[in-house]
Amino acid sequence: MAKHEHVREPLFHIAKRDTPAWWRAWGIRAIALVLALVVSGLVAFLLTGENPLKLYATMLEGAFGTSRRVWGLMQNLAMLLCVSVAVTPAFKMRFWNIGAEGQVLIGGLAAAACMILLGDSIPHGLLLLTVTVASIAAGALWALIPAVFRAKWQTNETLFTLMMNYIAIQLVSFFTYRFSVPKGSGQVGVINRATHAGWMPTLGKYDYLLNILIVLAVTVMMAVYLKHSKHGYELAVVGESESTARYIGIDVKKVIIRTMLISGAVCGIAGLLLVSGTDHTISRDTAAGRGFTAIMVSWLAKFDPVAMILTSFLIVFLEKGATEISTAFGLNDSFSEIITGIIIFFIIGCEFFIRYTVRFRRREGKSA
Amino acid sequence: MANTDAPALRLEHITKRFGSVIANDDISMTVQHGQILSVLGENGSGKTTLMNMIAGIYYPDGGKIFVDGKEAVIRSPHDAFQYQIGMIHQHFKLVDLFTATENIILGLEDDGRYSLKKANQRVKEIVSQYGFRLDPEKKVYEMSVSEKQTVEIVKVLYRGADILILDEPTAVLTPQETDRLFAVLRKMRSEGKSIIIITHKLHEVLSLSDQVTVLCKGRYAGTVNTAETDEAQLTEMMVGRKVTLNIERSEPKDTVPRLTVEGLTVRSREGTDLLRNVSFEARSGEILGIAGIAGSGQRELLEAIAGLLRAEGKIVYHDPKTGKEENLRGRDPLEIRELGVRLSFVPEDRLGMGLVGNMDITDNMMLRSYRKGRGFFLERKAPKSLAEKIVSELEVVTPGVSTPVRRLSGGNVQKVLVGREIAAAPTVLMAAYPVRGLDINSSFTIYNLLNQQKERGVAVIFVGEDLDVLLELCDRIMVISSGAVSGIVDARAASKEQIGLLMTKNTASEGGAADGKA
Repeated sequence: MAKHEHVREPLFHIAKRDTPAWWRAWGIRAIALVLALVVSGLVAFLLTGENPLKLYATMLEGAFGTSRRVWGLMQNLAMLLCVSVAVTPAFKMRFWNIGAEGQVLIGGLAAAACMILLGDSIPHGLLLLTVTVASIAAGALWALIPAVFRAKWQTNETLFTLMMNYIAIQLVSFFTYRFSVPKGSGQVGVINRATHAGWMPTLGKYDYLLNILIVLAVTVMMAVYLKHSKHGYELAVVGESESTARYIGIDVKKVIIRTMLISGAVCGIAGLLLVSGTDHTISRDTAAGRGFTAIMVSWLAKFDPVAMILTSFLIVFLEKGATEISTAFGLNDSFSEIITGIIIFFIIGCEFFIRYTVRFRRREGKSA
Repeated sequence: MANTDAPALRLEHITKRFGSVIANDDISMTVQHGQILSVLGENGSGKTTLMNMIAGIYYPDGGKIFVDGKEAVIRSPHDAFQYQIGMIHQHFKLVDLFTATENIILGLEDDGRYSLKKANQRVKEIVSQYGFRLDPEKKVYEMSVSEKQTVEIVKVLYRGADILILDEPTAVLTPQETDRLFAVLRKMRSEGKSIIIITHKLHEVLSLSDQVTVLCKGRYAGTVNTAETDEAQLTEMMVGRKVTLNIERSEPKDTVPRLTVEGLTVRSREGTDLLRNVSFEARSGEILGIAGIAGSGQRELLEAIAGLLRAEGKIVYHDPKTGKEENLRGRDPLEIRELGVRLSFVPEDRLGMGLVGNMDITDNMMLRSYRKGRGFFLERKAPKSLAEKIVSELEVVTPGVSTPVRRLSGGNVQKVLVGREIAAAPTVLMAAYPVRGLDINSSFTIYNLLNQQKERGVAVIFVGEDLDVLLELCDRIMVISSGAVSGIVDARAASKEQIGLLMTKNTASEGGAADGKA
């Protein structure tokens, strides 16, 4: 048994905390943010030799420097928030909808198709209505398909929704080629540039204001739906435990399908806002990865739509700021991704320290 | 090398915390060579936590462990085996598709070459040495629960364990299998092994062990020699004060048939019979007990009646108000409620089926009633006042009605669930293992609630595992064995042995086509 004479208590062990007080949780988050800034500043300094404070200033400058940048930030925030709010009911139901990207794209494609095909033949008001209905319906349909398969045949929704993304991307590729101007260029260009047919109206001189207001309304409605409606209660029960849901007579299949229809419909709204409200064109990059970023935003906010305003702000701010650093100091995109990565690592990592406490060894093991 | 005068195992001032909960508070105890020690305590008293620290699953926050008089640091189950300590957990950890021997040698790093033949031989030796019953080449999925347990025990012996820890080994066994296990354990004792057995069944403690160490709410309550103690003293140590425990069983009054089940058959997805041709009658004002080895079809029976499983046969409900008869088979829980049938069901899986662990008490009350009203939105006022009423009437220990139920202790969780089901003013109340994991006081609260319901004229169906309780609480007991009824007895006249025999009775022939594949 000689080899056991040197054994010592492990260096540290990890114990679960009770629910910490809110000030403690937010204190830990604040420390994490400060640490994230220090570490990313340090990394930036080591890699570029620039003064870290200057880097931070550049970040702020990139996000808030001009009123155009502020509007751009708000617009991006609104779009990310919209997709995040869309995936939330599915996630609350523990239905891993990672197909938001595809649902947004298909919604956008439907909007673009209506604008192109019906642009000159029906009145503008009617066209805008058609565009709206079509994109919402398309998003909902794209979510309905995996939901039906999951409800009826227990297929894995993660793989299914993921693959639906690729189908959506390929469909968009196909139609951008078909609709491209000039033919064969592979680019759709601004649709109805002259007539603005099917474009969402602008409020005053603010291009993005209507988008932002619509997303805010959707967010509030979703928060109320999840917390105070019978539907919201049912989907939470299904998410927590399907057998409890069956035990009290909830029709699990119906709830899965209904919730995914709503999730897809809100994705469709995001597609509508992107195509008809912002870009007035369609491409494979219209959703710009928001369907995936939204998953993180939703989780970070613990599925609370109102808290998502904060988390999507954080993500969008980081993206904008980091991009600005790259351009201002002549670095490539990877650098801004490194910075974003470091900060997100700290933000997500700190949740561990909120839930667990680490205790270090108090006494040295007895001298061997 | 080992100092044979020293005790096999000694714990000194062991402390373990989980968050703010102190699971073990300054516990010291000793196990001698060739001794059977019972660790007795209510659920939640810290027995399993303490044993897990000896077996290397947890590491203590404070205190020391000595093996053969030398300080031992056990950081993993592997370390535990170095000290010849092995634990048999309550939930078996076996690979279904492997044979007994393959499971036994799994993860073992021998110096020599891998030889299944040699291993089989060694397993056979151990089996015959201690008088087990086990075929080393049988696959685990073909084994009964008691055989699986045997594999776990042999696994530990194969690794040369001298100190064996068994966590509630009899919970899944019939009375006859328990006797056989105890015989084996006595044999081990005579060969000088030390055995620690965790249990909360007093009569087992008294019949098997040499000494009893009692834990009470995470603390050490004392150690007594089994020969010098009795049930009353042990209960008092376990609960921390004197208790008088009696179930007051009243004579059933005005019994009329409330639920008639005829030829109920439930098949699994693979087509095997989970429940075969079950017929019985539940009467108002009576508690019908259901006894059987765990997994004999009790759960399927209740779930089929509640409309959660597809079944064949008839489930006829006799409405006490209208006198109408309704066949409930083939209807889902919602349709059953819409017929006006007041069927309450306390399922075995409380947090996985009866309640939602992450929701608070109010939202859990709403499970039954949230559909009320035509509106789109929820109404939380009535559920909240119901939650408050149940908390105060059943003395649920909770910071408030907005605490998630998963944070409550087992007994309080069960009070919330039973409280909600009773609040629906049922005419039939089904309860599956309603006192499993509960401390003595909470258990008796539940028994009293069931008795009150019986006196109100409710037909109560009680699935239990403790035969002593079934015999004291119920009016009639139906015994099921592998999915079929093997007998219905009068609880006032029947004996434990009689029920034990019915539990293992081979019912295959009576069921007809049961083993048709042969």
